[in-house]
Amino acid sequence: MVILFNAFNGLIQGAFYALMAVGLSLILGLNGVINFAHGGFMAMAAYFAYTLIPYVGFWGALLIAPILAGAVGYVVEQLIVRRLYLRDPLYSLLATFGLALIIQDLLRTIWGAQGVPLTIPDFLNQPLSDVYFFITGYRLFVVALAIISTIGLFAILRFTRLGIRIRAGNSDLETIAAVGVNIYLLRSANFVLGIMFAGLAGILAAGQIGLTPTMGDELIMPSFVAIVVGGVGSLLGSLVGGLIIGVASGVTAAVYPAATEVIIYVIMGIMLVARPRGLFGQEGLLE
Amino acid sequence: MSSQATEIKHDAAPLQKPAFQQRYAFICLAVALLTVPVWLPLLGGYTDLASRVLIFALAAMGLNLLLGFTGGLSFGHAAYFGLGAYGTGLMLANYTHSTLLAVAVGTMIGGLAATLLGPIAVRRRGIYFSMITIAIGQMFYFIAVRWNSFTGGEDGLTGFSRQPIHMPGFTISLHTTSFYYLVLVCFAVGSWILWTILNSPLGHVFVAIRENQKRLTFLGIRVDVYIAVSFAISGFVVALAGSLDALLDNFTSPDNLKYTLSGNLLIICVLGGMRNFWGPLVGAFIFVLVQDYISSITQNWMTVIGLVFVLSVIFFPLGAMGFFRRRSRS
Repeated sequence: MVILFNAFNGLIQGAFYALMAVGLSLILGLNGVINFAHGGFMAMAAYFAYTLIPYVGFWGALLIAPILAGAVGYVVEQLIVRRLYLRDPLYSLLATFGLALIIQDLLRTIWGAQGVPLTIPDFLNQPLSDVYFFITGYRLFVVALAIISTIGLFAILRFTRLGIRIRAGNSDLETIAAVGVNIYLLRSANFVLGIMFAGLAGILAAGQIGLTPTMGDELIMPSFVAIVVGGVGSLLGSLVGGLIIGVASGVTAAVYPAATEVIIYVIMGIMLVARPRGLFGQEGLLE
Repeated sequence: MSSQATEIKHDAAPLQKPAFQQRYAFICLAVALLTVPVWLPLLGGYTDLASRVLIFALAAMGLNLLLGFTGGLSFGHAAYFGLGAYGTGLMLANYTHSTLLAVAVGTMIGGLAATLLGPIAVRRRGIYFSMITIAIGQMFYFIAVRWNSFTGGEDGLTGFSRQPIHMPGFTISLHTTSFYYLVLVCFAVGSWILWTILNSPLGHVFVAIRENQKRLTFLGIRVDVYIAVSFAISGFVVALAGSLDALLDNFTSPDNLKYTLSGNLLIICVLGGMRNFWGPLVGAFIFVLVQDYISSITQNWMTVIGLVFVLSVIFFPLGAMGFFRRRSRS
């Protein structure tokens, strides 16, 4: 029963990883950028929500804060990331890495290094069941919202013009540029979409673990692993990868707590040896 | 290593035989480095700062063999730096009083880890390769944080100090100045090895891999193996730098394994110019000095370092050496 409980805990953790990884994966796919600042944007949105909650309430903040983070993401894309598309991946990697440092430092300067709690509505905080294990409504809410937003994303990608262009751009950017799609605009939109996902993940995570300027750091590495395990270029892969490593580290926490973090890297290593392109990855993408 | 077009054109053959001018510059550099303990205090610096510059320069030059000359974008070399540091620290704390033995063991541990893990990382290329190297590096970070009893956990490893080196007939005390010379010797040996490799047929294969991997594959060269070899060599050099770093502070912490350090090593290469052999030395000089100065005057030093990253990437992708070289040509 303990293992089951931990597996469920891991599933919730995995939902955070998956939300992060989906955003990262979007940006990696079309923009060709490993967004190191993803964790920073995530924390930024959480702090925006923290500031907004007294004025617009939790639900309003949940809606507005990711949009604000997306707006900051747009400015960043215009000023920095856009200049680096044609260059070696090294440069965008280093630029977003520097950006992560700047964001973290600014968050600490504005809101302080001390962690602050994010107020969530009371009814979400009620324990739903304490018979076998302790579940608050918030945890279920996180899972539900992660599922809904992912379905929403897949619907956008499947049915809207923007989504179809993003998918087309993922498979061949030059061709869609040749048929008249403004790929710079498209990549900006895609970047903002990815950042908004980071923002959503940030607010949800803050409701659970509280807010610190470094909160993104702990989630970004597992998200990288999720992408590698799931396969670069596949959003579904990132999603599944996130859930797998979440559950794996949850179960490990019950059996051998010291290896909670290390297990996900072991899984990645096994995956790379057994199936280098990842669960759902395409061969040779982004190489 | 990427299929994307690179808008920046680099020299195809970065290592010519030293011309007269270059030999002159090299002698000036050697004299300047040899006399650091004399002139640095006069300028208001301290010798440990120079040791740190050389240590980071050595690490970045090791990384640059893979990054600048083989074209492998590793974001995880902090792991080998940190393993070198922990290896040396743990040897001195628990097993031996010989500083040189501890350095040798630390270097071997870090280098062998790179030798074993390189082949896993080279299964993928490009951005994927970077993500895998980051993740492998973070694994060691978490091991160091979690294995409290052995590594000292998050607080870092203390309880060791560099011991005097006993040679037949004389003893080197390894105070600040003599330790600087130890670092300088290691730096000289490390850079000589790297220089020799780059001017050997092996080094030419590395550069050729960077320039056109596909063509080499058609020529029947096993590109994976060569990238793994480059990875391993750079791992050994970085580990040597790491073990010296542990001796410099008589301390090491999980921060020496974290991806932040990998990022710093990369920006040192880029700042100085990663297509230039001595670029990382220039980069380390700039980076260590800026970091030391900024962190003494403002709390927001992270923002400044972040701006260094962003601005240098956007405006000086060729680094200081590339910038000056282009200047002098035009």
